Amino acid sequence: MGRRDYSPFGADARRAVESGLAAAEWYHTDVPRKVMKDLMARSDQPAIRDTIILYASMVLFAGIGIALWPSWWSAPFWLAYGVLYGSASDSRWHECGHGTAFRTPWMNNAVYQIASFMIMRNPATWRWSHARHHSETYLVGRDPEIAVMRPPELAKLILNVFGVIDVIRFIPTLIRNAVSGPTPEEKTFVPESEWGKVRRAAIVHLAIYVATLALAVWMQSILPLMVIGLPRMYGAWHHIMTGLLQHGGLADNVIDHRLNSRTVLMNPISRFIYWNMNYHVEHHMFPMVPYHALPRLHEIMKADLPPPNRSIAEGFAEMWPAIRRQVLNEDYFIRRDLPPTAKPYREDFHQQVPGMMRPAAAE
Amino acid sequence: MPWIDACSTSDIDEEDLIRWDHAGKTFAIYHAPDGAFFATAGLCTHEQVHLCDGLVMGTLIECPKHNGQFDYRTGEAMRAPVCVNLKTFPVKVEGGRVFVEVA
Repeated sequence: MGRRDYSPFGADARRAVESGLAAAEWYHTDVPRKVMKDLMARSDQPAIRDTIILYASMVLFAGIGIALWPSWWSAPFWLAYGVLYGSASDSRWHECGHGTAFRTPWMNNAVYQIASFMIMRNPATWRWSHARHHSETYLVGRDPEIAVMRPPELAKLILNVFGVIDVIRFIPTLIRNAVSGPTPEEKTFVPESEWGKVRRAAIVHLAIYVATLALAVWMQSILPLMVIGLPRMYGAWHHIMTGLLQHGGLADNVIDHRLNSRTVLMNPISRFIYWNMNYHVEHHMFPMVPYHALPRLHEIMKADLPPPNRSIAEGFAEMWPAIRRQVLNEDYFIRRDLPPTAKPYREDFHQQVPGMMRPAAAE
Repeated sequence: MPWIDACSTSDIDEEDLIRWDHAGKTFAIYHAPDGAFFATAGLCTHEQVHLCDGLVMGTLIECPKHNGQFDYRTGEAMRAPVCVNLKTFPVKVEGGRVFVEVA
């Protein structure tokens, strides 16, 4: 296929639209309507329980961290606080953005706004970028949330374990959004009616960061930044680790989530932080199913899916060599075998559209 | 405009919907929790996804692709990413059948 162009104004984006790929119907596993209705049912209780645990733990860990500051004995508590601030906020942003975490809309919105601030994402912009990510998952030039662009830049991936690249991108975008609204790239997926919301959210976020910075200068201490801002870096590792597993090393430019998404079975702590998004094929195929019902959905549809990776370590053992290989051969990808009970992969598009991915690229 | 016989009242569970295709167009017919029936255009105004696979919650229909919501009684767009209202159609029930006035 040659060099990929990830620009929303580039050749790959145009080709995805002109070929019909961008508007194609995606593969879905057959799940009976009554079963799906039961799975989609909303409830406040699981998310209220998890949110109380999350916020109470954050207050506790940050409180102990502040009490022990500046002793190194505070470090474990900052690490625990950081992973909740800089990683659990990613899954809360995600699930509440879908509106599926709680049954009550204002609860989804409240947690979404708080999580957006912590994960350093404009709540208005990113609601729309994620809608595009679901419509056109890993279509080059169309999906604005591709975590591993090919050929992968390994140094950037590793730096982002500490949020470095995300934060470097976030700060100028925040200022630009606060001054003049969405960037030209953002305007490709944010409707004009929402541009004012982008600017207003950016102004609020910027004001909080300026106030925190001013407090740090006044106190002659980085302690305020340990509570607000820096945990997005020192606690980012978990959401980067799980985020890379979502699609890393798999196919792009396909219309079957079994080809471009990965389900990984994980330990209970990671599943709490990640809010069950380890069931990622299931989530992409049926985004209306709340996080707490995804394990049940997995049991129902697993006969139609490639076998899940059995641990984070096993997922990385599959993904990381593929990412390294893509450095030299960006057309390489992992194509996993389906069980005999599954329907074949939907490969019609990328076998027929010139310039699109060909299964022969996998080895 | 003529009233078209679309389905039986028993074809749709309460708090659910079905897809109904007629004259080259696709519609969604809803059975509200209070027993009333409603009809709207069948495709989401955001990205033209069939609403029939979505979730009915009270008087809302949630799109299966991006979780946008409409009030299916009025067609009003209630939750992003939907911004454009859904077209609605008059419905009447006679003799256990649901009729839709297709404009």
